[in-house]
Amino acid sequence: MAPVHRLLPLAQSLGRTRASIQRTTRQQAKHRYSSAAADSASVEPIRGLDLGVAHSKLLLRTVASVRSNPELRALGVSEGETRKMNMCQAINDAMRQALATDDTAVVFGEDVAFGGVFRCSVGLAEEFGRERIFNTPLTEQGIAGFGIGMASMGHTAVAEIQFADYVFPAFDQIVNEAAKYRYRSGAQFDVGGLTFRTPCAAVGHGGLYHSQSPEALFAHVPGLKVVVPRSPVQAKGLLLAAIRDRNPTLVFEPKILYRSAVEQVPVADYELPLSKAEILRPGKDVTVVGYGAQIYALENAVQMVERDMPGVTCELIDLRTVAPYDAETVAQSVMKTGRLVVAHEAPRTMGFAAELAAEMQERCFLRLESPVQRVCGLDVPHPLVFERFYMPCAVRTYEAIKKALVY
Amino acid sequence: MLGKAQPLTRAMRPVGASWVSTSSKTQRKKVMFPGALNSVYTHDLRFASSVESIPTYQVMDTDGNVLDTANEPQVTREEAQQMYRNMLVLNAMDQVLYEAQRQGRISFYMTSFGEEALIGSAAALDSSDVVFGQYREAGVLLHRGFTIEQFMNQCYSNERDLGKGRQMPVHYGTRELNFQTISSPLATQIPQAAGAAYALRREGKKRCSVCYFGEGAASEGDFHAGLNMAATLGCPVIFYCRNNGYAISTPAVEQYRGDGIASRGIGYGIDTIRVDGNDVWAVYAATRAARQLAVEHSRPVLIEAMTYRVSHHSTSDDSSAYRSRKEVEDWTTRDNPVARMRAWLERRGWWAAGDDAEVIKAAKTEVLRAFAAAERLKKPAVRNLFEDVYDQLTPELERERSEIEALARKYPDYYQVNDFARDN
Repeated sequence: MAPVHRLLPLAQSLGRTRASIQRTTRQQAKHRYSSAAADSASVEPIRGLDLGVAHSKLLLRTVASVRSNPELRALGVSEGETRKMNMCQAINDAMRQALATDDTAVVFGEDVAFGGVFRCSVGLAEEFGRERIFNTPLTEQGIAGFGIGMASMGHTAVAEIQFADYVFPAFDQIVNEAAKYRYRSGAQFDVGGLTFRTPCAAVGHGGLYHSQSPEALFAHVPGLKVVVPRSPVQAKGLLLAAIRDRNPTLVFEPKILYRSAVEQVPVADYELPLSKAEILRPGKDVTVVGYGAQIYALENAVQMVERDMPGVTCELIDLRTVAPYDAETVAQSVMKTGRLVVAHEAPRTMGFAAELAAEMQERCFLRLESPVQRVCGLDVPHPLVFERFYMPCAVRTYEAIKKALVY
Repeated sequence: MLGKAQPLTRAMRPVGASWVSTSSKTQRKKVMFPGALNSVYTHDLRFASSVESIPTYQVMDTDGNVLDTANEPQVTREEAQQMYRNMLVLNAMDQVLYEAQRQGRISFYMTSFGEEALIGSAAALDSSDVVFGQYREAGVLLHRGFTIEQFMNQCYSNERDLGKGRQMPVHYGTRELNFQTISSPLATQIPQAAGAAYALRREGKKRCSVCYFGEGAASEGDFHAGLNMAATLGCPVIFYCRNNGYAISTPAVEQYRGDGIASRGIGYGIDTIRVDGNDVWAVYAATRAARQLAVEHSRPVLIEAMTYRVSHHSTSDDSSAYRSRKEVEDWTTRDNPVARMRAWLERRGWWAAGDDAEVIKAAKTEVLRAFAAAERLKKPAVRNLFEDVYDQLTPELERERSEIEALARKYPDYYQVNDFARDN
């Protein structure tokens, strides 16, 4: 949709400017809160606001952390070779393995042949040839329809939509065609081999059309699977699972993590389970649920809450798959904690948090100690200079968790 | 590529490009811009607005005379008779099911009256070619071997419907006959056919995909997307536009301003032909040639078949609201694809005057028998409501299934449970 000459610098700048953005935002944060404190003695400076994945304790940064990861152990890949990868490289690695293990697999989309504007498909055309890794004309509905056609012939189609903000010309193909292909044919035909990858979510400077998180729009459609990974290890395992899953799947990749999230990633071919949430930190007093890059805001908020309310522990859950989602894991947690905070970057009204809140009140009604708190993007288009206000950041989540706890 | 400001040399000239002549003083220089490599500079300020209308390929006239003996169809008597017989069967089936809808026995139907020559395209394909239809391609399906029973079962949404009772009548599909299931949204099948063709090409088999759509659907973005992708990616696909003059009520003159749909094919760099879509042999010959191009050269071909929709759009439409009955009647008498084919067969001595009645009678008997049988069958078992959404039932769907089944046990009359087959 947007001309590539404009997207390229934006995309390529992400990696280089990521650190500087974080530095700037941290400085702004300090400045804002310290000056606010100077204006009014009643306002406390916020402490411990780390802003983002760079400070996360959830990443598997060391080989030892991979070795001890229960899920990777269960998959039998924790002991093998690992390589330091950012999320972009992990996605590249997943596609390489998908291509190497399946001769029908192809990767295509706008600008993918030279490596993609985010460089996720770098080197694949050289390794697997231009017949399998190819550029398409600039047409999202064409890309989606083409992928459906290939998948309907039993082939594996990995289609890139350059930005999630530009997926909407393909909405008809995805919603009316891909999602219903098996059902409408009485299972004579299906497009199980179809996977969409698309960069999503905020980056600090994307504005209206390089920032959106449209996952709930697709999660509302029976027949589709929707996945949002939070890290390199997750992205590789979930993408491989999505590609091999026998249902059309959309993988929304929080693009802010492409370079900023770095982990030791198993070199082996492995698939993480779809529709299975992961408890990242056990806790007893409140359940905090999110997915994608939002996890790091939640982690930060949880740290601050636990520091400020001694004795309180929060259970942090990464949903990983938004549709069909793992209601059971969340419900078990809420039955234990009695409180739920759910967060996502997409706007609040009609968002996925509403679904989770409704489902949990139905399942856990008598156990709930306080109203479910939703911490979401605001009900406005994703605004450029106002992004900090828009975001369901650690500050807003911190406030929401405390509200749930002291209700 | 041309060097900087380098004059054209003979070696660089495209073969047969008449505009370059070394002797000519007005030798024109090719542009260097990457977006139009064959363009030359001109000094005339002129807008390209119209080109000569693309001619319409015809084999026989409306009386069944082959106009150029070189075009005499190379088919066996059996093949030709089978094509004609299927045109009659299609008509007979349409008549019965149209009436059935009018009597409220099925919910919806679409007939193919006026467009029977489409069967010529089906006859020119290989059975392994993959068909992506729009909805008015029952003739193609019939010619591929879909049985009357299968048509009826689909229209009755009964337990033998291959689509498990989930879609409206005429949304046929059969994996066995390489006919992808019809979906109601228009033009979505066009980029899909391109993708399927790319898959076929990768398999290295000499097969193509064939995509049918109307001139109305060609206004959708998916038409542009599909043709452009097929052209740029070298997909062996035949795009077959049934230009029948109407998109529901909107006449072609309000649908587009250019020279039909065919002119667009040229714009996409696609080999294109316009044919008399009421001439079964023109359709047959064009499709055969298109198939050859697609399969041998891995590239798309566009056929624009000019025809006239004698049918109402569907049983939900009364076309007398927007066109005169006389217009329709004139078409059925002046240029009737079935009559043209019969005339051709009779000239050959392959069909006798009385043969029609016999075929029609047999077809009607078969249709009515299948119709009655389909009507008696139960709807598919209720579990089919939940299956095939995903490859496996999700926990949520299991839960919904339990809820609905419990309600159905509680309110069997409301849910008319006896109309549905039992779970086995």
